[in-house]
Amino acid sequence: MSGAREREQDDARAPARVPPSAADDPAREAAPPPDGVPHPTDAPTPPEAAAPHPGSAPPAEAGPHPESSVPPPSEDVRERRLHPVTPLRRAWAPVAILVGWAFHDPDGTQRRLSELTTTTLALGATAVVVGGALYGFLSWWFTHFAVTDTELRIRTGLLFRRTAHIRLDRIQAVDVTQPLAARLVGVAKLKLDVVGTEKKDELAYLDEKHAAALRAELLARAAGFAPETAREVGEAPVRNLLHVEPRMLAVSLLLTGAPWVLLVAALVVPTFLWLITHNAWTVIATALPMLGGAFASSVGRFIAEYDWRVGESPDGLRIDHGLLDKAHETVPPGRVQTVHVVEPMLWRRLDWVRVELDVAGSSNSVLVPVAPRALAESVIAQVLPGARVPAASELSRPPKRAAWCVPVWWHGYGLAVTDAVFAARHGLLRRRLSLVPHAKVQSVRLAQGPWERFKDVADVKVDTGANKTVTARLRGTAEATELLRAQAERSRTGRREALPDRWMVGGVGG
Amino acid sequence: MRRMLLVVWLVPLAVALGVLLGLFAGPGWAAFAALPLALAAWGWVLLGRNWRSWRYAERADDLLISRGVLWREETIVPYGRMQLVEVTSGPVERYFGLAGVQLHTAAAATDARIPGLDPKEAERLRDRLTELGEARSAGL
Repeated sequence: MSGAREREQDDARAPARVPPSAADDPAREAAPPPDGVPHPTDAPTPPEAAAPHPGSAPPAEAGPHPESSVPPPSEDVRERRLHPVTPLRRAWAPVAILVGWAFHDPDGTQRRLSELTTTTLALGATAVVVGGALYGFLSWWFTHFAVTDTELRIRTGLLFRRTAHIRLDRIQAVDVTQPLAARLVGVAKLKLDVVGTEKKDELAYLDEKHAAALRAELLARAAGFAPETAREVGEAPVRNLLHVEPRMLAVSLLLTGAPWVLLVAALVVPTFLWLITHNAWTVIATALPMLGGAFASSVGRFIAEYDWRVGESPDGLRIDHGLLDKAHETVPPGRVQTVHVVEPMLWRRLDWVRVELDVAGSSNSVLVPVAPRALAESVIAQVLPGARVPAASELSRPPKRAAWCVPVWWHGYGLAVTDAVFAARHGLLRRRLSLVPHAKVQSVRLAQGPWERFKDVADVKVDTGANKTVTARLRGTAEATELLRAQAERSRTGRREALPDRWMVGGVGG
Repeated sequence: MRRMLLVVWLVPLAVALGVLLGLFAGPGWAAFAALPLALAAWGWVLLGRNWRSWRYAERADDLLISRGVLWREETIVPYGRMQLVEVTSGPVERYFGLAGVQLHTAAAATDARIPGLDPKEAERLRDRLTELGEARSAGL
């Protein structure tokens, strides 16, 4: 574009009326949208949906081999199959359904069973076993994947074919998870986070060692290593940053409000209902979800967050955790959109914090389940290079008149803008400080309702790429307007200085 | 256009209410039919104010959209952050010769749209924004 046009735009700061009188520019051919649109992988489905019956024959013996229908791999890319255990992965589902049905209705089950003759029973069982085995085997047979220089290709589908080409430089993170059963067999599941897709693409299951190697290779390539060296780079060395002791985790969970509230509710509400209705079913129906919630938010979290380790490696932060199901996650440093520092009320005396993340296209949310503040801040410094968590004293409160808009909770609101981050805090008992790096800001908004205008305050909202919005609530109008302009300016300049997406090319290399 | 919709819905409602009440409850009650009419008049004024409040400015590095009278909202989208620019125009909009421009960024919360533009201006804006977006594009 011409320099004159730029200056013209500079001058055009006065807002234009809608619709402006004349179009000063002849319409050109529609240009393609700006680059950076995430690579669309069509509606992602799990690579296959195998539902074989338990005790099915090993896949190799089932069904005809439709070898002719497997298209030859394009180019000279070596296509690979998943681990042969895969067809058995959903084996538990039919058993669970049968057991659940039998448990739910014991009399009916007995009657049904006695009605069936031995022949029909045998026939039915055979049909289910053969059908299940065949389906499981075929879907495994038709699932291939290959790694090329720029893409990961997954070809799958028995009736509905699906080919996903995932651009390596759009991969946000690669997770290896091992459910309990998979741990026993020695296989692992690879999950890929890609921007813009709702659901994760998975490769399930792979051999344990193979999964680790593939993850290292994918991450190395996503980080910009040359394809030839990517395989040799191997698993990048890890420097341990943080390890959460089980005792600390247990104490921290005991000091969290949610499980206790749910537990008390689970005791009080059903008792109350029993007094009113004297109906056992109502009581059970209300008590069970509450008990389940209490369990999930205490014991469930303990099991998931047990043995939490955060390590630093050249391809990002490594997170390993789990008591029963093991998970190994990687958070690439350049792709974190927001960091939340959560501080429940009872943790404040111990100065412990929990750190959560928003990564575009990823469901990884917890970075540190619990840690002393200083340690947590050192981990945050790894995730947001150059950023510093503003101390509580640096946060500016909203003006006093904000109390008319949000009576008690306005005390919890706070805002600090440093060179690297936009930090907004909210919450009174459970304080939550959200940090957005300036370079990750997608758009800035100012919103003001009629009552807020009467009280001369406004909200400033900052949208990030992870579909999350961080709001600095109830700032003075003049301050908010100034903040809006300044933030737009900062996010623009911040973006220019930001690290490139291929963060390893810059010389950090492993 | 919203004015038009307002009139289309509220005037028949007023007539229907007037006729029904006049038939069943006596002519005195039919005066209630004036209620939707008053609403229509008030809405007419409100929509006018709302329409006048929509503003946009192409600035050097970002697009500023400001709108709303009671609920004011101002949005700034840096050009480098635009992922997609859309020109939309529904059947009613087309009848009146209007088109809207919708901007998409990687954040779904970004509600940056400019409705009710002249189609030529909408196309010009779209081309201009894509061009600027390409020049300043950045990763996520």
